[in-house]
Amino acid sequence: MNLLEVSGISKRFGGVQAVKGVSFRVRKGAVKAVIGPNGAGKTTLFDLLSGFRAPDEGTVRFQDREIQGSAPHEVAALGISRTFQNLKLFGHMTALENVMVGRHVRSRAGMLAGMFQPPSARREERAIEERARAEMRFLGVEPLAHSPAGSLAYGQQRAVELARALCAEPTLLLLDEPAAGLNMRETGELADQVLRIRERGVTVLLVEHDMSLVMRISDEVAVLCFGQKIADADPRSVQRNPEVVRVYLGED
Amino acid sequence: MRLPAPARVALLAAAVVAVQLATQASGKGFYLTQLTMTAYYALVVVGLSLLMGYAGQISLGQAGFFAIGGYTAAFVSTVDLSAQASLPALALLARLGVLVARPDLYGGQILGVNPWAGLVLGVSLASGVAFAVGVPVLRLRGHYLAMATLAFGTIVSAVVVGTQRLGAADGISGVPPFPVLPGVRIGGGSADRVVNYYLAWGLVALSMLLLGNLVGSRTGRALRAIHGAEDAARAMGVDAARLKVRVFVLAAAMASAAGVLLTHYVGGIGPSETSAMKSVRYVAMVAVGGMGSLWGALSAAAVLEFLSLRGVFGAHDDAVFGGILLLVMLFAPDGILNFRARGLLARLRGRPAGSGEGA
Repeated sequence: MNLLEVSGISKRFGGVQAVKGVSFRVRKGAVKAVIGPNGAGKTTLFDLLSGFRAPDEGTVRFQDREIQGSAPHEVAALGISRTFQNLKLFGHMTALENVMVGRHVRSRAGMLAGMFQPPSARREERAIEERARAEMRFLGVEPLAHSPAGSLAYGQQRAVELARALCAEPTLLLLDEPAAGLNMRETGELADQVLRIRERGVTVLLVEHDMSLVMRISDEVAVLCFGQKIADADPRSVQRNPEVVRVYLGED
Repeated sequence: MRLPAPARVALLAAAVVAVQLATQASGKGFYLTQLTMTAYYALVVVGLSLLMGYAGQISLGQAGFFAIGGYTAAFVSTVDLSAQASLPALALLARLGVLVARPDLYGGQILGVNPWAGLVLGVSLASGVAFAVGVPVLRLRGHYLAMATLAFGTIVSAVVVGTQRLGAADGISGVPPFPVLPGVRIGGGSADRVVNYYLAWGLVALSMLLLGNLVGSRTGRALRAIHGAEDAARAMGVDAARLKVRVFVLAAAMASAAGVLLTHYVGGIGPSETSAMKSVRYVAMVAVGGMGSLWGALSAAAVLEFLSLRGVFGAHDDAVFGGILLLVMLFAPDGILNFRARGLLARLRGRPAGSGEGA
């Protein structure tokens, strides 16, 4: 069953066709990767899926609902959670608070409840914290709970960002170049984490440069080049695809 | 160093009591008048601090919201409807308690509007205007709110000065006291001085408690998240535009409530309360206290507003606040209370502050 169905989406910035008629599917429970050289339109594609940009044409169906053109917070409320290529943590908040913000879509206390702190709001707040701590434990960063997020090492920040995305209990997790800036050991940990996330039943779609990571964790790989999809299959077939080899190795 | 919120409120309460006892012991009870006014202005500043420090938006129109509250209260409480008392609609309002009769100076009867109704009306009006200004502007990123509110404040000022019914350049005087509880009324009579002082600062303490709770809550976290990385906050499901509008409305409501109460306290309001310079003062006080620090804003407001009301800055009052804002922005953008000499030195040497840290 397909959780996400992208059909013919395009996005143009002035004279640049960043994404051109791209279609692909993400099966429920799978890990799917989108790869491609720099400027292939991967990040734009992510922005189109997560509501940060609206496509010029095409549709994005998530659980049989068209979501293209929805605002980011609406997309998040439907169960799509994302991370960012250059890590967007709330630097002046603690790691725990960062992860707790991830619970925003699954909680409801409003401004008045915040001010007057009725028992229901206190209960909810405790539940948010417990959940956030559990996600931090899952990724091995709970000991950092009270450190300011901005003071953490890069690999730790990435784990906190991932915990924040997981804290929303997403159906679909979008990871934008999660291995960027990580060393080999950290990349290995990331691979394990993604596989453990999949075991929890979360579908994962990632954009990535690191081929070894992609080949290790992905069930399916789609390849973008200059905004167009040139391949979409299991990792082995994609690796053998002559078009992909040409694009990646620069053969003529 | 970082005290929990209830401890801070307790400390504030102790300071309030200590100051009152000190004025009593030294025979300077008249200070309480300015201290009470300071409390109401502090409410404006604290609300603005929430908007600036937590929603990351600047309003240059808080004086306008203050004035909407103050002028609404002044207008409705000084109007005399006794000639129209026989109209069925007014009779109904009188039965509901919205209109109340009170004796005038000459022993006659005035049929005026209940100050509570004025309070509700003034705050609703200001909140509605804030909503109308905020919804279109806060969808845009950047400091468009500063420009829109500056324009709004200027309009309020022009309307007030140009409207005879609002006293034009003279403002409205003769605003009656506001009986809030049996035996407690907001007004300037010297017999009510101590009660008014405690009432005003009690409201400040209550606001600090509620806003402190808010900042630590789910909503407060979302606000701080918007301020830290708006894209990430939106991706986590925070409706940034909506939340900013709500904080803006809350800040406007606080400013207008302060306007209503201060107007009853001093017995009137004039167009100087609507000037853009007033709005700049509020921004300056938030800046001195440090963006994102409600207690810093309160401390700055308490000290600066009191000194200003005592006339310490003399004829240079506005210039002092403008200068303070300029200096804070140049040398201590995190606020005087978060000021680090090291940052200043680095800045003066032309290096980014903090570059030498951790070495």
